[in-house]
Amino acid sequence: MQKTTLDIQAIRKDFPILSRTVNGQPLVYLDNAATSQTPKQVLDAIVDYYSGYNANIHRGVHTLSQEATDKYEQARATIQHHFNAKFAHEVIFTAGTTHGINLVANGFSSLLKKGDEVIVSALEHHSNIVPWQMLCERTGAVLKVIPMNLNGELEMDAYYELLSNKTKLVFCNHVSNALGTVNPIKEIINAAHKVGAAVLIDGAQAAPHIKADVQELDVDFYVVSAHKMCGPTGAGMLYGKEEWLNKLPPYQGGGEMIAEVTFEKTTYADLPHKFEAGTPNICGGIAFGAALDYMNAIGFDAIAAYEHELLEYATAQLLTVDGLKIYGTAANKTSVISFNVGSIHPYDIGSILDKLGIAVRTGHHCAQPIMDFYGIPGTVRASFSFYNTMEEVDVLVAGVKRAVAMLQ
Amino acid sequence: MTIKEIQEEIVDEFSMFDDWMQRYEYMIDLGKSLPLIDEQYKTDDNIIKGCQSKVWVHADLEGDILSFTADSDAIITKGIIAILIRVYSGQHPKDILDADTNFIDEIGLKEHLSPTRANGLVSMIKQIKMYAIAYQTQIK
Repeated sequence: MQKTTLDIQAIRKDFPILSRTVNGQPLVYLDNAATSQTPKQVLDAIVDYYSGYNANIHRGVHTLSQEATDKYEQARATIQHHFNAKFAHEVIFTAGTTHGINLVANGFSSLLKKGDEVIVSALEHHSNIVPWQMLCERTGAVLKVIPMNLNGELEMDAYYELLSNKTKLVFCNHVSNALGTVNPIKEIINAAHKVGAAVLIDGAQAAPHIKADVQELDVDFYVVSAHKMCGPTGAGMLYGKEEWLNKLPPYQGGGEMIAEVTFEKTTYADLPHKFEAGTPNICGGIAFGAALDYMNAIGFDAIAAYEHELLEYATAQLLTVDGLKIYGTAANKTSVISFNVGSIHPYDIGSILDKLGIAVRTGHHCAQPIMDFYGIPGTVRASFSFYNTMEEVDVLVAGVKRAVAMLQ
Repeated sequence: MTIKEIQEEIVDEFSMFDDWMQRYEYMIDLGKSLPLIDEQYKTDDNIIKGCQSKVWVHADLEGDILSFTADSDAIITKGIIAILIRVYSGQHPKDILDADTNFIDEIGLKEHLSPTRANGLVSMIKQIKMYAIAYQTQIK
């Protein structure tokens, strides 16, 4: 029986989409690791912006522009406090995690030289592999990989052996998108700092479940996407320590990011504007702030505890399916279950679940190295959010059983 | 039979099914029962990689008739391949080029032919048409 004190049925009423049907069945949305759904509090923030004070920010003298600027900067402060950044100007608005990673990778092009080493984990999403490969191609730096074990955990002994005074950067996700493993990032950061390397943590999959404290972690860069945590798509945060953000050159040139422009020379604006060229996603930033307010009102401890209940129940129930194998069995994981049944292709199971109104992700989850490691084409991934119910877990398990009966 | 006639025949067959379950069961049966491609042609050259499932396609020209064999690692994809092969294989390249895939809508399998599905089927049809273009010039 569920132990949570959260009123899940009341929470579900905040999400208009959860009451729709798919293929004639009530929607069971279990693809939260790809994107989360949006509560009406966030939808209201979006509508309020466009119907009440839509204007360009940081430059107009008129009232609407001032109101929009105030709300946008309030959202930055909300994000700053949520992640406990020391300064608001350490919070850079981005289009999302991938944008944040590329901004940092691009900046390091001028700081790395041939023979320097950068370390990435075997558990990464393609978006936290490819920008670093491109960086290595540009600079002649060498990419090293922290291997993983069969449970989907990083081999920390191997990590320590990879570290040396040649190591300049380490990249790792806080939580693996394909398997849900929570990585020991505090240990990874401390060890990297001992050899003088900077660390970027991809927090995209962690942020909906774990409230990261960037000062306590002592992390150099932390990146997230708003759309995974009840916010809109096209908005995200790059947190960077002030000293690092000052060292990195601007990523894109344009309006907003300049102090003074002549045809001879341009001087750049101070943080955070140096990295925010052009008119930003104003509405997206404000809605991101509203999403954090919404989740904090529910409380991250309560969210994490309930999602853990969902994970344990779903794991136990799915394992009653004959031949079902779960990939990613780390001791510490978020509410993500990646699985296959016998030799049935994940696409086949996903297609039948869709007919039953159940949304899961199938495929390689943009993490081909992990699938290659297990020697599989992909998995079915069910990822749970705090608005999912135990009854939905039952629907999923019944759906998988039905799919297996059809496919075997 | 012409491509159009085969398509009508398939639409007719599918009209007997009452719901998606029966349609899917039929496709799964098709996917399971048909040996679709000779193992020697399941090469990297013949592979179409989708994010979701892989498809192999091989073409043969005899006289002015173009035949296809194909396969997939996913069974539902394979079932749809069986239907597509039935439509396109054993036809003149020109007829293959002129044919459309609207019948897939009518038999209720449209979602599997969506470009966003990334299961290799859209690329497979493209590949079939490419073969038809290539072999049409050979015949001339």
